[in-house]
Amino acid sequence: MTSISNESVPKENLDSAVQAEMLGFLLTRTKTSWEPDTDLFASGGLSSLFAMQLVVHLEKTFDLSIRGSDLRLENFRTVNAMVGLVGRLRGSAGVGTGD
Amino acid sequence: MNAPVIDDQVGGHRPVILGAGVMGAGIATLALGHGLPVLLIDVEEAALDRARERIEQQLRMAEMMGALPADVTPGRLSVSTSIPAAGGGTAVIEAITESAELKAKALAEVSALVNDDTVLITNTSSIPIDELAAAIPLRAQLVGTHFMNPSYLIRTVEVIRGAWTGDGAMESVHTLLAALRRTPVVVADAPGFVTSRILHPMINTAARVVQDGTANVEAVDALMQGCLGHPTGPLRTADLIGLDNLVDSLKVLYDRTGDESCRPCDLLLELVRKGDHGRKSGRGFYEYEGDLS
Repeated sequence: MTSISNESVPKENLDSAVQAEMLGFLLTRTKTSWEPDTDLFASGGLSSLFAMQLVVHLEKTFDLSIRGSDLRLENFRTVNAMVGLVGRLRGSAGVGTGD
Repeated sequence: MNAPVIDDQVGGHRPVILGAGVMGAGIATLALGHGLPVLLIDVEEAALDRARERIEQQLRMAEMMGALPADVTPGRLSVSTSIPAAGGGTAVIEAITESAELKAKALAEVSALVNDDTVLITNTSSIPIDELAAAIPLRAQLVGTHFMNPSYLIRTVEVIRGAWTGDGAMESVHTLLAALRRTPVVVADAPGFVTSRILHPMINTAARVVQDGTANVEAVDALMQGCLGHPTGPLRTADLIGLDNLVDSLKVLYDRTGDESCRPCDLLLELVRKGDHGRKSGRGFYEYEGDLS
């Protein structure tokens, strides 16, 4: 796991890094290949309990704190949703914006 | 450790939970998230430390899943290594290791500390309530619950009324579960009650299928989910239950029913021997990161 804490990373690079990291994480953990827009928790997908593993992994890898209104399942439903979340949080000084 | 102070009651409930393992922590999360103050007791300080971390994480999970009432401030968690501290609770929920001997001993000790109207709840997946009631003087106050794991997410609770369980105890457990927004289903006493009597031999058989080389872990769960509509496959469910707990429960069932399908299979025993206890240990039939349950 690579920790990415340099906040000057261009957005496009950050998006690509988050997407690649999370697709790799999912492949390792679930032994299944996922598309960036696939609903991970749809019928036949992952248990919702797995969402917390995604939260913990994102926080550790991208040096974030995901709290309050950001901590909802919709933000972890697809890899691209997680890309968006990290982008928003990193855009606000790398800390959670939730209330 | 100093004697803990239990907060003023919320809705009259001040539950004390004995045992800071997976189930004790999960039930504590549920109660705290519904605004109840909780006193969590375990003889091991390290277990309490782990439980604090687990509960913090589980409260986040419950929040993420929308499983907690939005307008409620979480209750205050107190911890203690002293069983006598249990005397101040309105309900004592025993959630220690799935061993009839250890549970009976703990309940007998608590029984001597509580008021005559304090409900004693033993949380067990398989041990008959009447066996435990026989070991304590306050038999009418003892009722069984079988919270599923994760108890802070699963709404239905199996409630077991023993032969000696009194109306007062049943009323108390219903009131407590209502405060926790759980739906009780009351059943009679028997080894494994309803859920474990059906589920545990099925999981054991699923493990045996893997052991025999008929299919791998992922295939077994994929078939049970995809073909039979199980929301979680049996082997992932086993990891959630805890394989050590599952083996203990299977032994309880096998010893009391003689049902061969309840004799723990070699693969389950081997995983437990290796310390691969499931989600809580980071590895069971599957591997985990960010332990939750």
